[in-house]
Amino acid sequence: MLSDALISKFDQVIARYPLKRSAIVPLLLFAQDEIGYISDEAIDEIARRVEVRPIEVVEDIGYYSMLHRQPVGKHNFQVCTNVSCQLRGGEEILEHCSQRLGIGHKQTTPDGLFSLEEVECLGACCGAPAMQVNYDFYENLTPERVDRLIAELRANGKP
Amino acid sequence: MSDYQSYMKGSPLEVKVISARFGVPNPTAIDTYLAHEGYQALAKAIQMGPEAVINEVKNSQLRGRGGAGFNTGLKWSFVPKSTDKPKYVVCNADESEPATCKDRPLMEYDPHQLIEGTAIAGYAIGAHQGYIFIRGEYRYLMDIIDRAIAEAYGRGYLGRNIQGSGFDFDLCTHTGAGAYECGEETALLNSLEGLRGYPRVKPPFPAVVGVYGCPTIVNNVETLCNVPHIVLKGAEWFAGLGTPKNGGTRLFCLSGHINRPGVYELAMGFPLRQMIEDVGGGIPGGRKLKSVIPGGSSCPLLTADEIDVPMDFDSMAKIGSMLGSGGVVMIDEDACMVKVAQRIMKFYAHESCGWCIPCREGTAWLKALLDRLHGGGGLPGDPDTALDASYNILGKSLCPLGDAAAMPTISIVKKFRSEFDDHIRLGKCPFERKAVAVAV
Repeated sequence: MLSDALISKFDQVIARYPLKRSAIVPLLLFAQDEIGYISDEAIDEIARRVEVRPIEVVEDIGYYSMLHRQPVGKHNFQVCTNVSCQLRGGEEILEHCSQRLGIGHKQTTPDGLFSLEEVECLGACCGAPAMQVNYDFYENLTPERVDRLIAELRANGKP
Repeated sequence: MSDYQSYMKGSPLEVKVISARFGVPNPTAIDTYLAHEGYQALAKAIQMGPEAVINEVKNSQLRGRGGAGFNTGLKWSFVPKSTDKPKYVVCNADESEPATCKDRPLMEYDPHQLIEGTAIAGYAIGAHQGYIFIRGEYRYLMDIIDRAIAEAYGRGYLGRNIQGSGFDFDLCTHTGAGAYECGEETALLNSLEGLRGYPRVKPPFPAVVGVYGCPTIVNNVETLCNVPHIVLKGAEWFAGLGTPKNGGTRLFCLSGHINRPGVYELAMGFPLRQMIEDVGGGIPGGRKLKSVIPGGSSCPLLTADEIDVPMDFDSMAKIGSMLGSGGVVMIDEDACMVKVAQRIMKFYAHESCGWCIPCREGTAWLKALLDRLHGGGGLPGDPDTALDASYNILGKSLCPLGDAAAMPTISIVKKFRSEFDDHIRLGKCPFERKAVAVAV
């Protein structure tokens, strides 16, 4: 069941556009924020509300890299290795995260707490090397900062 | 939030126009903005009339800050005056060009400046609806802009009959969900219509047939942020800040091997050497500069001998590169240029939307070839094959993404050919030994 808050957000977002289907991508992302991934139910509900066939919603999911059909960890580490980050140790940060979390690219720890992803430029180039954990930016990373962050997330669930 | 100190280190060489309000307390509040000339330009624009606003912007020599560098006022003038269709203004805040992080502070530290610029653009072209298309990763910025928009509605700077002028303008944000290609304006419009972000064939241009088949102007965040200043202080003042046909300033994002990475607002035409040495504080560890990416990873790279150049659109074109998006990356002598080429191509292969064949196939093949070269398995003909493949993408793809993949590759292979040959001869990367993390 999608929450009432999400359904009311759907209505609010759809009203912004002269064409309802314009809301598909935002609705998918907002649904994912709440559910943790994009469920079959979310696809059907979005399709019904914006008046398209479910397959048209699925087509969008396949295109946009932030959208996923499977649950990811509670804390999704997205490490940038693009040029500005690479030149300042981004690959080493990715490797360090991988070793510490015991998972590789697009994998999730068995306890469901962490996921890891190598991503393209996040727009944090002057704070390289950088990553996002869910929507939060972490910049000027060092292996020590990563270790501290992982420890804090394990302890509190939130840094 | 971003760490203000790591982005805004400041330099006495800066000319602060669009970053002038950065760092004031409570920067996102409308009262802060109103206390600093906020929304005065919108009132002035409405007094001037649409035609005069377009002419002012045209004469200011403001050129598109997303990277293409097209005259903004001229772009606005292409919107048909007599049409029954609604018109739209879309702000491109899908900042995704590698090495570019300038729209982020503009939205974070002065959101009302963008809102005012977008509203003026809407007034100039006769639009009553605007969208700010923000990349999905920038969620905290969307929250900031959403709050600022709500405040602007509350005070009558958006919505019906703005400040009693009779001008109606609605504005809202729209989130992307991860796709570099959506930074291309026609792909962005498809995405805004709820479709995959595939580019459209041009012509027709969006100014005539844009979102929902209606006349649409798509402008970058930084471009729109300049508009209120042009309206308030005039085209002549703005044009005078830069070089001929390159008005105003530019937010340059210095990153990579540089002592003081950060975003700096410098006059258009600022010398690149001075930018690296005096603004950025030079290369760390006393190492030598080897190469510069002058404006995001889509630009042809420069060698250390090519940095005596003014950073404006025309001067950069003259030396065979581009001013691009303002993302300036310094690469020092210990870095491997084959690896740089490989990483750049990995990006474009990942981001190619797959719609047209030269880009889809070309980037994938080039990625495989550059992987092999950097891995030490390259064959003597490989650098020429890389050039050949790049030239078969260049100018042959539906949108500029293909060119963006080909251009840096061609420049790296041509300018740093000996590094490719060394990899082939040694059967491994000669730089691996030196490659250490340099998080300083």
